Amino acid sequence: MSLKTAFLETLSGFKSLLTGMRITAREAAKPSITVQYPHETLKMPDRFRGHVKLVLDPETGKSRCTSCNLCVRACPSDCIEVEGIKREGEKKKSVTEYVLDFTTCSLCGSCVEACPSDAIEYSKDYNVVSLHREDFSRMDLVKKLEAEAKVWAEKNPEAAAKAKAASEAATAAAASAALAKATPAPSTSATPAAAAPSVTTSGVLPRGPEPKTT
Amino acid sequence: MHLLSLEPIRILLYLFGICAFVGANAAYLVLAERKGAGRIQRRPGPNEAGFGGILQPIADGIKLLAKQVMVPPGTDGLLFRAAPLLVMAPPLMCLAVIPFSDSLVARNLNVGLLFVFSFGSINVMALMLGGWASRNKFAIISAARVVSQSVAYEIPMLLVVITLLMVTGTMDLNEIIGQQAGGIWHWNLFKVWVNPLMPVTFIIFFICMLAETNRAPFDMAEAESELVAGAFTEYGGMGFGVFFMAEYANIVVGCSLATVLFLGGWQSPIGVLSGGLWGAGWFLLKMYGLIFTVIWIRWTFPRTQFYSLLNLSWKILIPVSLFTLLLTGAMMKLPLVFNQLF
Repeated sequence: MSLKTAFLETLSGFKSLLTGMRITAREAAKPSITVQYPHETLKMPDRFRGHVKLVLDPETGKSRCTSCNLCVRACPSDCIEVEGIKREGEKKKSVTEYVLDFTTCSLCGSCVEACPSDAIEYSKDYNVVSLHREDFSRMDLVKKLEAEAKVWAEKNPEAAAKAKAASEAATAAAASAALAKATPAPSTSATPAAAAPSVTTSGVLPRGPEPKTT
Repeated sequence: MHLLSLEPIRILLYLFGICAFVGANAAYLVLAERKGAGRIQRRPGPNEAGFGGILQPIADGIKLLAKQVMVPPGTDGLLFRAAPLLVMAPPLMCLAVIPFSDSLVARNLNVGLLFVFSFGSINVMALMLGGWASRNKFAIISAARVVSQSVAYEIPMLLVVITLLMVTGTMDLNEIIGQQAGGIWHWNLFKVWVNPLMPVTFIIFFICMLAETNRAPFDMAEAESELVAGAFTEYGGMGFGVFFMAEYANIVVGCSLATVLFLGGWQSPIGVLSGGLWGAGWFLLKMYGLIFTVIWIRWTFPRTQFYSLLNLSWKILIPVSLFTLLLTGAMMKLPLVFNQLF
């Protein structure tokens, strides 16, 4: 290597160092692009598969589940238990207990696919955490739905009131239909909004605040 | 005022001042480093402790203080304990002769430059002792690297300083600064009529300073990905903390020296507003500017390989600094020769 090439190589090397420093200086001037996780969270993509959850019907403020047990049969891991009752004034059964064993669930989605009334979907909860195994092995989805309905009712008071009125009207219609009885049974189907005080939050809830887009 | 001018009290005050300065700098330069790294990597850096992370160094300090000081079995206990002290002492000593303003200097030695360099070299020995006493293969490899790196970079650094000494003709740091009075074009960095390669000398000095303080891209001594934590692998708690602080103290000393030698120390760059507190302000401004560049360099360049580190020194820096030495000598003496001949 001649002296000249060595000299030129040194010069070009030094120039490339300066280029590198210019690049980092330029990057440093740009705003930061990270998400400050505990304070802000990313919105999960549409196809994100969290544990399954009951869908809140914005019409009624309740679940659409009719307790048909098709999801139970579709489940390859046998990790869903559903109980339902037929309430007065309603054409179909409604769900009272929907227990998911999240410890064996493989998130295959057969239940979501099998559901005839679109009552279950993947949740976007990715930071489920608990100190008790039962919170996962017996994940109470109805309880979660009730908690969600409470938040929903606070956020959309008109829709909640409308749903409650509709539900009461249905009950009243059922009561009038059951004229044979001397004393009509009091309304048993309180809306989630009315039943709010009884809602417990022992189910697994996301720890962070509401996800928001950044 | 009369009391403060007494020599023992003055020395004590300077001792406390320097210790506080070094401690505060070490603590907050770590934060500045992490913030700078964050900015360059487009993230906020530490921002939880206090407003914008302002209390992070205190939290780190408490964490380190709360940790047990371990002396691993089989180590040389005395050397192991002495190494952190030895590594912290030289930068404290060096700061004693560095003039922060025309009057703000603990001890104005007429061999200040020599003093700084003689104490600066001890730092290497302390790191080597720490590595050696640890009885840990990573620490020993690191110690060997520190020594060879330091030997390789001491030479061009001293050659550059000799070049500068030929120009200034004095080792008194305050006098060196005094010669650079009267604006930015009087700084040694821009004295191209004395030696057209003066800016190159400054760059060589700066590169050598990075290597001597074991800063990236020459952080062979604590190459995390290869050597765990280098010479201080076995140190925990405040032992590690002192090594860490010493690194930043050395950067402060190195940047102060670069400021004094090349950037006019406490002289104002515009010729006015110098002296007194203004001088200290200019000095700190220049020094922190250099420190900022050091941080900037660290987060820009990847670590060099060891042989290319030595190649850089032996094949480029030493020949170039020898050439500048020769050139400066020739430019100083040739006029005299001409005068005698004609």
